[in-house]
Amino acid sequence: MKYTEEHEWLLPEGDLITVGITAHAAEQLGDVVFVELPEPGTEVSKEDEVVVIESVKAASDILAPLDGEIVEVNTAIVDNPGLVNEDPEGEAWFFKIKPSDLSPMDDYMDEAAYKTFVG
Amino acid sequence: MTELQRTPLFDLHVELGGKMVPFAGYEMPVQYPAGIMAEHNHTRARAGLFDVSHMGQVILRAADYAAAAAALEALIPMDVLGLAEGRQRYGLFLNEAGGILDDLMFANRGDHLFLVVNAACKAADIAHLKAALEPAVRVEEITDRALLALQGPAAESVLTEFAPEAAGMRFMDVRTLELDGIEAWVSRSGYTGEDGFEISVPAARAEALARRLLAHDSVAPIGLGARDSLRLEAGLCLYGHDIDTGTLPGEAALSWAIQKVRRAGGARAGGFPGAAAVLAQLAEGPARKRVGLRPEGRAPMREGVPLFAEAEGGTAIGQVTSGGFGPTVGGPVAMGYVPAGLAAPGTRLFGEVRGKRLPVAVAALPFVAANFKR
Repeated sequence: MKYTEEHEWLLPEGDLITVGITAHAAEQLGDVVFVELPEPGTEVSKEDEVVVIESVKAASDILAPLDGEIVEVNTAIVDNPGLVNEDPEGEAWFFKIKPSDLSPMDDYMDEAAYKTFVG
Repeated sequence: MTELQRTPLFDLHVELGGKMVPFAGYEMPVQYPAGIMAEHNHTRARAGLFDVSHMGQVILRAADYAAAAAALEALIPMDVLGLAEGRQRYGLFLNEAGGILDDLMFANRGDHLFLVVNAACKAADIAHLKAALEPAVRVEEITDRALLALQGPAAESVLTEFAPEAAGMRFMDVRTLELDGIEAWVSRSGYTGEDGFEISVPAARAEALARRLLAHDSVAPIGLGARDSLRLEAGLCLYGHDIDTGTLPGEAALSWAIQKVRRAGGARAGGFPGAAAVLAQLAEGPARKRVGLRPEGRAPMREGVPLFAEAEGGTAIGQVTSGGFGPTVGGPVAMGYVPAGLAAPGTRLFGEVRGKRLPVAVAALPFVAANFKR
């Protein structure tokens, strides 16, 4: 598992990478009430705003961590946004991306580094 | 930047795990560990305790109540003279154009008037009062008292454990009660749409009283986040957002707050700042109106979202002034201004969110029926 400074977790599985937000991020956001996901098949570039997530407090964007194609999205969190608070690092994954360039993965943090990052 | 102030309950907020944020010059809890949604729901189901000590408390004294009331009537378009002893009313400070300088509560406490004004406006309000009313009226800012709000269907049963007389109060009554040996100035009012009380107590005793109230099974601490979602569902204005110097009472859908006696044909018609513009707008009807807005989808429409009559093209016809998720409604809710011709409940409009026009229906306010004890 890798982590970005945007508080996303990235889990490589075969040639896909599953992306979600960390428990720390979910807690900071507060109660999530709305999630908008990209269409499967969308080609994205690293740092494109691909997901909109709104909590009772505010709206925020989730950025694409890699270049690639969004191949699958988790509609369960659209139907039940509260799942993001209940199980952010499990059932409430956001999307699976088929990366075209894996090199940024080397720059992302491992779990120990992320723990230090969030203090 | 000036240093943030703290209320007498600051240490208690921190101890309770409150997430402290700057608000109107104070460090205030936006939420506690339960979170905004749980705090909101708790208030609607049982009772929430809010620290509103940042708000301004002001006493106006003159020779007698009538003298102070007559003086205040020169600044606000409300019937202050006709307010019975032990009763409270909602009011509006206006500028010379009829724009709203602040909203407030004022109470007839026998020989004086007691005012509660917004934190962000209190310095300006007090300066405004002093400039207009002194020396005939003494304007006294109360800085040694905290203000708590106990809100929700269980508020009465909780407060009557301290003072049985609380049960005899109805909506907008004010009394001096002894709560746990503390002299409290209590009104049966609030900012949530629920039954409840606002309680002014000496600062030095506030934490002890808050702890006693919180020790009750039904009572949980509630932060500013849930205070905002509760008042939004209740259709209540937030100063600086839904009303400001650019809005007149009529278009803000607050004409109900201007009693007949101060309107054209009334015994004390006019005689307040902006009277000509305010009364003309009441007579002719406003060109735009504050309305409730119910987005059809799940996406919240927040403050600043422009509103359109059409799904494509055209220019904005209004905008959202408050909006978010309504936990009791179970979906997004908002308020905003639209042209009078598009203000009927059920009118379908479009709010532009992240470049997309999403359907939104004009809705009657409040979104959640008030639960006052009338």
